[in-house]
Amino acid sequence: MMFLKQHLIIVPIILPLIVTAAMLSINERQRMLKRSISLITAALLVITAIGLLWFASMASNSGPLVYRLGDWPSPFGIVLVADRLSTMLLLLTSILGFTSLLYASARWDRSGPRFHALFLLLLMGLNGAFLTGDIFNLFVFFEVLLAASYGLILHGSGKEKTSASLHYITINIAASLLFLIGVALLYSVAGTLNMADLAVQVKNTAPEDLAVLEAGAAILGAAFLVKAAIWPLCFWLPRTYAAAAPPVAAIFAVMTKVGIYIILRLSFLLFGQGSGGAAGFATDWLMYAGLATMAFGTIGIFSARQLSRVAGNYVLVSSGILLSSIGIGGESLTSAMLFYLVSSTLAVSALYLIIEPVQRNADEEDRIEGIAEPVFDDEYVGLAKYEEEEDEVGVVIPGTIALLGGGFIFCALLLAGLPPLSGFIAKFAIIDALFSHVVIAPPHWTMIGLIILSGLATMIVMTRAGIELLWTPADDSPAALSPIEVTPIALLLSVCLVLMIAGGPVMDYMEATTAALYNPADYITAAGPAPDITPEPLLTPLPEAAVMPVGVELP
Amino acid sequence: MEITLALAIGVLTASGLWLLFRPRTFQVILGLALLSYAVNLFILASGRLRSDAPPLIGKAGADPAAFADPLPQALVLTAIVISFATTALLLVVLLASRGLTGTDHVDGEDGEA
Repeated sequence: MMFLKQHLIIVPIILPLIVTAAMLSINERQRMLKRSISLITAALLVITAIGLLWFASMASNSGPLVYRLGDWPSPFGIVLVADRLSTMLLLLTSILGFTSLLYASARWDRSGPRFHALFLLLLMGLNGAFLTGDIFNLFVFFEVLLAASYGLILHGSGKEKTSASLHYITINIAASLLFLIGVALLYSVAGTLNMADLAVQVKNTAPEDLAVLEAGAAILGAAFLVKAAIWPLCFWLPRTYAAAAPPVAAIFAVMTKVGIYIILRLSFLLFGQGSGGAAGFATDWLMYAGLATMAFGTIGIFSARQLSRVAGNYVLVSSGILLSSIGIGGESLTSAMLFYLVSSTLAVSALYLIIEPVQRNADEEDRIEGIAEPVFDDEYVGLAKYEEEEDEVGVVIPGTIALLGGGFIFCALLLAGLPPLSGFIAKFAIIDALFSHVVIAPPHWTMIGLIILSGLATMIVMTRAGIELLWTPADDSPAALSPIEVTPIALLLSVCLVLMIAGGPVMDYMEATTAALYNPADYITAAGPAPDITPEPLLTPLPEAAVMPVGVELP
Repeated sequence: MEITLALAIGVLTASGLWLLFRPRTFQVILGLALLSYAVNLFILASGRLRSDAPPLIGKAGADPAAFADPLPQALVLTAIVISFATTALLLVVLLASRGLTGTDHVDGEDGEA
């Protein structure tokens, strides 16, 4: 049991990596084998995440679980840290990973090579980014997940995908360069890359170095805000996500949350209440930019002509709500925000999955859009066609439309935040937290207004689309809907139901998470340097660091 | 040495940015490559510039102050590998985009033409 607890943290990273490597050697024709392997892996990841969540919430008094890679002492080696926040996001990611993979195995994984390997690599990058306690290691995991996402965006190929991914890749490489500049600036002031150690060093920064530190943090923040899609760095998102294949877009719903997670983590660690001169850095910026993102997303929802664009713009709205909540701060708002993060990510992911089956009935042309001509003829081993295989269940369920309609309404209610579902609880909690401020400033009113307005916009647009796509009588019988496609949507929506029914315990968990965020001392003592090796406050390079072998930071 | 390095970083960044904002995909890729050179030099500078100071201590008991900080060098190594790989990937996408759209404009179509 001790051994399991000790080494469980590394599993979400190492398991998908090993499976990916092994899967590359399997021939592309053995599709069923690949599917089963990756589905089993994803299921194992869900179980691991649940285990970690359990350990992290049980071990609340002794701080987060820490795993030292290679057993190097803390500021020199890389640490993995599993606390309440990261394990919660780990579980969210693995649930989305499992459902998206299941949905993809209906037929989407056939439209290009090595889908499963790329997908598992993406999961590895996401898990690593959530778990790592080292800022440069975070960069490496970011690159892993981005590289996998480049491949996944291109999955299925076609003009629209290639053109959208060209923009997506360029923007993300530029953002990664910003990331590196930010890391270099932070390192030049603090002399460390360990997040917990950074928190200590930031506190001791000399006033004259504060400007460099803040510049570094701002540049680093800009890199994460590109990922989180804040206005005006968000124009790439709706188009890219709309171009991606549905299961890919469904897992991408969690990618903006990586940026938000890091901003949340670093702003509490580096610029929390007890961080000296740099405390409360950039919170106003986050608040106003978040509000602008919400407004932009709402306008985008109204103007969208395709459902996938609506979903993309909804991702922007939810990023805006989360970021301005971080900017405004306050314990009750933060825990409400975490609840909203989980609920909205699940709902958007379900929406991306349900869009395609819903549109399949309405528009025959749309069906072909996802899968186009191959770019490299020799790359394609499987059939990139829509013919159902013999062994696949593709019967016309009499209640197809009823089923789709039900799921669609469910999604709409979740996204718009109408009672009784978890979307309502989340938005209600946010608004309630805003009202509980002593002084309700104009930005708070703006935010409340925008939350309600964006919910209304979502409701109007979803109703319009629903009437057009589901109510309009079709000439022919509805297209086949495979149970493999229904199950993941149902799974995601039932997780939302669980969030609603277990609203009390979930909210308690979020409050405990928030309390840990506001009091990072446990995190710092657990993941930071041991008390006897306290590096001096620096402007000269760390002398201790010179003993390290060069290769240590390599991925 | 500081002024040389600062100038090098500045010139690389400026030319990289200018190329990044150009409408042709190949220019954009070259711009990203130049920018990544600039960033790599910048990371190297974050460990303080030292000449004639090796980053590795040979014997125990040597004075660490006589050696350069090895960490930024390790970071640069990682950054070079990663940016090389992503640039290669972007080149493939560039070729695919050129093949599919018939133009090397970043938007897949020429505005004026």
